[in-house]
Amino acid sequence: MPAQPGRDARARPVPWRKMGWVTWRQHRLTLAGVVAVLGVASVYLYITGEQLRHQGFVSYGAGTGLTLTAALFQVIPPLIGAFVGAPVLARELETGTFRFTWTQGFGRARWTIGTLAPLALGVTVLAGAFGFLFSWSYGPQIGVKYGLSPFAGLTFDLRDVAFAGWTLVAFAIGVLAGMLIRRVVAAMFATMVAWSALAVVTGAFLRRHYEAPLVTSKLNLASTDWNMSSSWTRDGKRVSSSTINQVLEKVGVQVNGHGQSVVKGSPLGNMSPTQYLIHHGFTQLTSYQPASRFWPFQWIEGGWLLALSLLLMTAAVWLVHRRAV
Amino acid sequence: MNVIEANGLGKRYGSTWALSGCTLAIPDGHVVALVGPNGAGKTTLLNLAVGLTAPSTGTLTVLGDTRPGSRTALDGIAFVAQDAPLYKNLSVAEMLHLTRNLNRHFDQGYAKVRLDELGIPLDRKAGKLSGGQQAQVALTLALGRRPRLLVLDEPMSSLDPLARHDFMATVMTAIADDGLSVVLSSHVLAELERVADYFVLLSGGSVQVAGEVDDLLACHRVLTGPAAEADRYAERLGVVHAWRGEAQAHLLVRTNGSADPVPPGWEAHPVSLEELTLAYMRDPGAASLPGPVRAGHAEPTQVAK
Repeated sequence: MPAQPGRDARARPVPWRKMGWVTWRQHRLTLAGVVAVLGVASVYLYITGEQLRHQGFVSYGAGTGLTLTAALFQVIPPLIGAFVGAPVLARELETGTFRFTWTQGFGRARWTIGTLAPLALGVTVLAGAFGFLFSWSYGPQIGVKYGLSPFAGLTFDLRDVAFAGWTLVAFAIGVLAGMLIRRVVAAMFATMVAWSALAVVTGAFLRRHYEAPLVTSKLNLASTDWNMSSSWTRDGKRVSSSTINQVLEKVGVQVNGHGQSVVKGSPLGNMSPTQYLIHHGFTQLTSYQPASRFWPFQWIEGGWLLALSLLLMTAAVWLVHRRAV
Repeated sequence: MNVIEANGLGKRYGSTWALSGCTLAIPDGHVVALVGPNGAGKTTLLNLAVGLTAPSTGTLTVLGDTRPGSRTALDGIAFVAQDAPLYKNLSVAEMLHLTRNLNRHFDQGYAKVRLDELGIPLDRKAGKLSGGQQAQVALTLALGRRPRLLVLDEPMSSLDPLARHDFMATVMTAIADDGLSVVLSSHVLAELERVADYFVLLSGGSVQVAGEVDDLLACHRVLTGPAAEADRYAERLGVVHAWRGEAQAHLLVRTNGSADPVPPGWEAHPVSLEELTLAYMRDPGAASLPGPVRAGHAEPTQVAK
């Protein structure tokens, strides 16, 4: 044993591979939990997928069941964020073990990277596999037959690349929340709240802007396309809905909160109000995202979630590096 | 080489200065008692020294001119924090394995022999061990790294007297075997008095007293004489603290060696480290002390008052 082991320390740090055992030993139980939860859900997905393919229907899980199980699966990413991500740093800080671990020769920033990288990779790969299984299983239900668009808010983020991204970002939110809050339980709650807020904002406002929507004057879109908004125009100018209502009222169409109703003896005859408007020079323009954009949208969502996750985890590493106490 | 050298060191948490104007140079090869009342900044100073936190102002170097938290510093310094934190769900053997994986040098053989001598089973979960055993495991993990400097923050505050004795015996054996430097903090002086040969008293976030124990004891003494004359000598003699009774007064004074004359009618006694500490702690503002400094370029310790 050298008397002064610090002398050659500049030459080489403790090798990364040694960190592998440490991370595995400390987090194998949580990873086993993730595998168990995703495993149970996967068995359900496999059974329903097989039934759909061979029987053409599922004994349970279609229709409202689809909505219910998809809603249930939505909690998987925030749970992974709360139970895997949040404790990584918060538990060290809460129990004081960081004073032991972060003063070892490995160095605390490297320890953090060596812990976060395999865990992030692990949950992303597991979630990605689950996302593809979900797509395989629900695929037959998403389409013209059930009228469900592939962009449907409840299923889009459970599928393929997006699900991997949402799980990774939940993990990253958890890690950073744990570093900032320094209490496991509080960090878990904060993770679930922050993730849910991000998911709601994305579904309601962001996703529709990934690509500029297409505009069509066709009246009937495919049910798998994502209909975003419709408006009437005349001579290339937008016509307000009150103007349209005035035009229709003149021909005996009453517009109220429930829709349009045609009074008896209206000059419309057999024409629908929409056909009447089109005959009189109005054009209905509908902006929509075609179903063919499913994969570009998946990659765009997965991409920015990956970038955001890397940013959050880098911030966590930087905070560990900067201020431990 | 100074194992810890601070220059105008300050650390602020929010609006509170836990440490300010702290200038200190602790030479190599000592057992250093870092003493001070609660909230004096002991833990802050140790956290700074092991690199867990960064100074708000001033500079701090360890092991010569090394930055705390750098790879060299991490390799050469082992730290046992207050309450000896261990992973409660890991067995002792797994804690050994973990520590070995997180360091370039770890003397697994030493650690196993040490734990065996202490009768600590390797397959027991760390959380199931007694407080004394946990402290011993944490200390063994630290010593197994063969550090040049061992930093112990309140290592014995939660231990019973027997466990304290065993703990210090382990530390003293390691010092004898490896010649490492040790810094121990405590607010109880008694447990350090027997082992420490260097003394640092922190008060209100800065250094009040620092120096080798023998030097400190040699340049302080207690004068006992008539209470009525105490005030007359107090100004002239550099009194650190005065205990006044009805008839007699005891003055703890700093001397420039034994040559200083004892006033007629007064008696001089040598002072114990505990008396010295209590005297300085009772008068945190009145006293300051340039400590003996061996390292050539280091400035003398002083209190910004």
